[in-house]
Amino acid sequence: MRINCPLCGLRDLREFSIKGDAVALDRPAEDGDWHSYLHLRDNPSGETRELWFHGQGCGAWLVVHRDTTTHAIKSVTLAAETTP
Amino acid sequence: MRVVGKGRVDRDAPLNFTFDGKAMRGFQGDTLASALMANGQKLVGRSFKYHRPRGILTAGSEEPNALMEIGAGDDWIPNTRATVQELYQGLTARSQNRWPSLDRDVLSVNDLFAPFLGAGFYYKTFMWPKTFWEKVYEPTIRKAAGLGMLPQAHDLIRHEKAFAHCDLLVIGAGPTGLMAARAGAEAGADVILIDDQTEPGGRLLSEIEEIDGLPGWRWAREQAAELRQMGVQIMPRTTVTGAYDGGVYGALELVGHHLAERPEHLPLECFWRITARATVLAAGALERPIAFANNDRPGIMMAGAMRSYLHRWGVVPGQDVAVFGSTQSARRTARDLVEAGLNATLIDPREEAGAPPDVRLIAGAQIRDTNGRKGVTGIHLTTGRMIPCDAVAMSGGWTPSVHLTCHINTRPVWQEDIAAFVPAPDAVPGLIAAGACNGTYDTGGCLAAGLEAAGVAVEKLGLRPSFTDLPKVEGTPAQDHPIWHVAGPGRAWLDFQNDVTTKDVTLAAQENFVSVEHMKRYTTQGMAPDQGKNSNIGALAVLADVTGRSIPETGTTTYRPPFVPVTLGAMGAGARGKGFAPERLTTSHASSVARGAPMIEAGLWYRPSYFPQAGETTWRLSCDREVGYVRQAVGICDVSTLGKIDIQGADAGAFLDFIYTNRFSTLKPGRVRYGLMLREDGHVMDDGTTACLGAGHYVMTTTTAAAGAVMAHLEFVRQGLRSDWDVHLTSVSEQWAQFAVAGPKSRDLLNTLLDQPVDNDSFPFMACGTVRVCGVDGRLFRISFSGEHAYEVAVPARYGDSLFRLLVSQAEAMGGGAYGMEALNVLRIEKGFITHAEITGRVTAFDIGMDRMISAKTDCIGKAASRRPGLLDPARERMVGLKPVDSGDLTAGAHLYPVGEKAVPTQDQGYVTSVGYSPTLGHSIGLGFVHHGPERMGEELRMIDALRDVEIPVVICDPVFVDPDGGRARG
Amino acid sequence: MVELVAQMPLDGLDVSLGDARLVEMDLGPVTLLSAGQDSDLAQALQAAHGLSWPAPGGVVEQGEARILWFGLGQALLIGIVPNPSLGDHAALTDQSDAWAAMALSGPNARSVLVRLTPLDLRDGAFAVGRTARTMLQHMGCSLTRTGADAYLILVMRSMAASAAHDLTDAMAMVAARQTT
Repeated sequence: MRINCPLCGLRDLREFSIKGDAVALDRPAEDGDWHSYLHLRDNPSGETRELWFHGQGCGAWLVVHRDTTTHAIKSVTLAAETTP
Repeated sequence: MRVVGKGRVDRDAPLNFTFDGKAMRGFQGDTLASALMANGQKLVGRSFKYHRPRGILTAGSEEPNALMEIGAGDDWIPNTRATVQELYQGLTARSQNRWPSLDRDVLSVNDLFAPFLGAGFYYKTFMWPKTFWEKVYEPTIRKAAGLGMLPQAHDLIRHEKAFAHCDLLVIGAGPTGLMAARAGAEAGADVILIDDQTEPGGRLLSEIEEIDGLPGWRWAREQAAELRQMGVQIMPRTTVTGAYDGGVYGALELVGHHLAERPEHLPLECFWRITARATVLAAGALERPIAFANNDRPGIMMAGAMRSYLHRWGVVPGQDVAVFGSTQSARRTARDLVEAGLNATLIDPREEAGAPPDVRLIAGAQIRDTNGRKGVTGIHLTTGRMIPCDAVAMSGGWTPSVHLTCHINTRPVWQEDIAAFVPAPDAVPGLIAAGACNGTYDTGGCLAAGLEAAGVAVEKLGLRPSFTDLPKVEGTPAQDHPIWHVAGPGRAWLDFQNDVTTKDVTLAAQENFVSVEHMKRYTTQGMAPDQGKNSNIGALAVLADVTGRSIPETGTTTYRPPFVPVTLGAMGAGARGKGFAPERLTTSHASSVARGAPMIEAGLWYRPSYFPQAGETTWRLSCDREVGYVRQAVGICDVSTLGKIDIQGADAGAFLDFIYTNRFSTLKPGRVRYGLMLREDGHVMDDGTTACLGAGHYVMTTTTAAAGAVMAHLEFVRQGLRSDWDVHLTSVSEQWAQFAVAGPKSRDLLNTLLDQPVDNDSFPFMACGTVRVCGVDGRLFRISFSGEHAYEVAVPARYGDSLFRLLVSQAEAMGGGAYGMEALNVLRIEKGFITHAEITGRVTAFDIGMDRMISAKTDCIGKAASRRPGLLDPARERMVGLKPVDSGDLTAGAHLYPVGEKAVPTQDQGYVTSVGYSPTLGHSIGLGFVHHGPERMGEELRMIDALRDVEIPVVICDPVFVDPDGGRARG
Repeated sequence: MVELVAQMPLDGLDVSLGDARLVEMDLGPVTLLSAGQDSDLAQALQAAHGLSWPAPGGVVEQGEARILWFGLGQALLIGIVPNPSLGDHAALTDQSDAWAAMALSGPNARSVLVRLTPLDLRDGAFAVGRTARTMLQHMGCSLTRTGADAYLILVMRSMAASAAHDLTDAMAMVAARQTT
């Protein structure tokens, strides 16, 4: 698998590590719905948005929009520039 | 036997080799298989289950029978296919799976028990008496099972791995691949051409038909030379093993198997990971055997293989050959044998069949059985005739090698006109199949297909295809008629490796294992090293027949990488022993090793465990002494390994307030504070100290092993949750060599080295600042992990080794010295300080008595979740100190039970996390977690370590064993 | 007064194997500059040192100074001590001791590197003057192509010995292939 890092270009998977669903960017307020945020996730066979860390590359956190059935990656954006 | 005037081995370069101890001769250019055939060696192995005598079946990597051990002494490689092993001077080869010898194998008695050893026999037998399974059956079966033997010595063979990138990957250098590579190169693409043979040409190497007036093999050689001139990277002896996402392919290159002597650093194999923007698969096709009774005797082989042996190596398995098949391949084999001066009889079931000149033809008949246990001596026809022969060539048809196209969850599609499965288009993004692997079997068609496929690939790459002439080829395509199996009594072999016959497949269907997936597992057909290359479609045909379905309706099982067996050594190249992970060494490493300190791993770092001195017979004596250094004099410990993160920016303080539970924006320059970091689910992630070096400038420390994970977390918060904040994080772990100077004499020691001495006013407890150490700019932090008056002094790493030696010699002059991880651990347990032994992932701030550190006013990571009632329940397992009631040693990991109760899970009161012998107190101490812990001070419990078989009575006490008021650190 | 002795991470390593040479480099002062997107660091850098801020994958050189793109919002200034005024626009951290630097050169240099890094090293993908943050075996590294057959490799100081070992091993294996 290869991920197209916006800064570094197409790179081998081994340079990256995954955190989980990109919903993690949508942090609730102190009195918000923390149960959903921490514990509830969809598990689609199809499109997902995931958070990946280019730890052995440029150090950017990325939002990867990909398809879990075809493995095609639709887009990769910097987490810092992505609205949840 | 060798045929005069045939083959392209170098007759001027003879080679000596041995097989099962017998001396034999071959030539440069032979494979082990062709050389054995030249020496008249018909018997090459014994089959897996029945130990039937077997001969060479094929000329390629799909060979199921001729599996050998290659090598001598402690250094041999089992399960090597003789068809793949190139011959070299002094090669030693041994047959496998037989005892005491290939000729007389005791376990061939299994063949007599065949009726009891059919498909799934192990589900139906070996059940009575019950005890016999473990004591008798299983050990016996285990001994009999397997093919080759592993050497007992460690595998020290060198392998390597490598990465490659290209625009166009062409898999296979037969006519299809050579044309595709050419077209790609002419269009300006970066091309890699891969083939598993030593020379290019594929099927052309085994045929006499000409291309552009040249013998096919010569045309191929010239093409390859031109391709190299055009910049094509050609990789011979390389097999692509798998297709993966993103245009990535795995490939195994045999680098050293063909050499009599390998240079010291030459790897035996290289595992490549190739990334291609486009790929043309030109992998060819494999010929199918025909299933008839006793079709597995030595001397019976594939018709195409027989031509390979004749034309490439000038050898044949016999002189009177029966050729069975209704294909062009069968006819060509018969023709070529006769042309070489041998006898050939063509047996074709079609009444209207024709035959090449001088070939004896028997039309309207099939082979239904054979004679000759250790070498075929004759065949029985369905017409009733018996014909003597000493070799049989069979050709059931061709099966395109579609494997790679099915590695990403696709099945091949059935093409009725050629009775074969071909790749589904676009099964692997970016890969186009062409030539025989796509159902085109004639040379002219293959050349055109290669050109066309490359043209499509090249356009997708955004390049302009150039016009390439198609070479002229001899011969015309011919219609093949497949033959699957011949009905009749006797066992007809499908899977030669796992000894599966047509009867087994029929039996499976009878027992209702009608799905091809079930038939495969029940009979084990297709599960051997050849992974069904010689049997999949044949078995499918039988199953289809028996269940009244068509072959496509019956379907195929899943194709998975690797296409050929790959050694673990090749896949894990570079990872043996210490190569598995990088070693992170501190600047004091050499000095510690020189002092005899055993080194332990903390993450990737190596740290000294203790520093043994003469006369100390156990580590405990060293550890006790080192603890004494720190409590009574001064100790030196390298703490460089802890993560150090430089944090700067206008929002740095706010950032720290957010990621720690407690406030840091109020920390003044020149001060250090302990911080607790939670995960978002309210559990403790890490703890450490953070120093304020100036306005908006901090340095955070993290635990050694999790430094990387903490940094990733902090960057997630910075980039993902607070991207509009002005804060920058930079690791400075490597920039600074940092040493703990701990003990009552620590200030005195430091003042001998600091340009400006410090005192309690200028540098109180938890102060920090820049200092000059022996004229070098450094940093000083007055923090203590030991509970003593202590500091950590940091200098740029280039001075680390020098400063460490200086500190240790100064300490020794003051009655102290270096201390290692064991002592560090005892000291902090004596003070009740936690490490990741306590931060288990299930522990909250409340559990360690630090819930008040969570700021009430502002939000922080983990705050909301930490307030969940379940995380604040007093009944939780909470941290306490533990010590023995009388004597004995606490053990880490032990569990705690009430006195007078059974030690069962429902009575479990908690567990021990850290232990050590305290020389300060004279007994064992520990930290642990107990339900309602702090409310149970003084209560006795049973400490039970089931793994170490230890039980001692212990008592719950305060976790701060030494200096509970903390005065010693502040002195 | 006692003086502290400075040491290089690899003690001045210089080894040639086959057609490749690995030499430890002393980069002099090294500083990491970390800047936000909106910062005016670029102007300050130009004013103070005549250097422009490198785009991702880029290298800028001016006299003794060289600045390598080093990651998200980061660049590594090599060869000169930064003007303190830059601290008003960026976070500066001294990294002069944090990295082990090695120069790999020779006709075999690329063959050696393909055994250690998944980065596409072909001319079209990694031209002279380009830099990348990638992996060397299991270690994160900075890799810069300084010449047709020359590379500058930076790894964390603590991993210097592991990196040198992996590189010289690969050099030996590439050299061995050429003898067969």
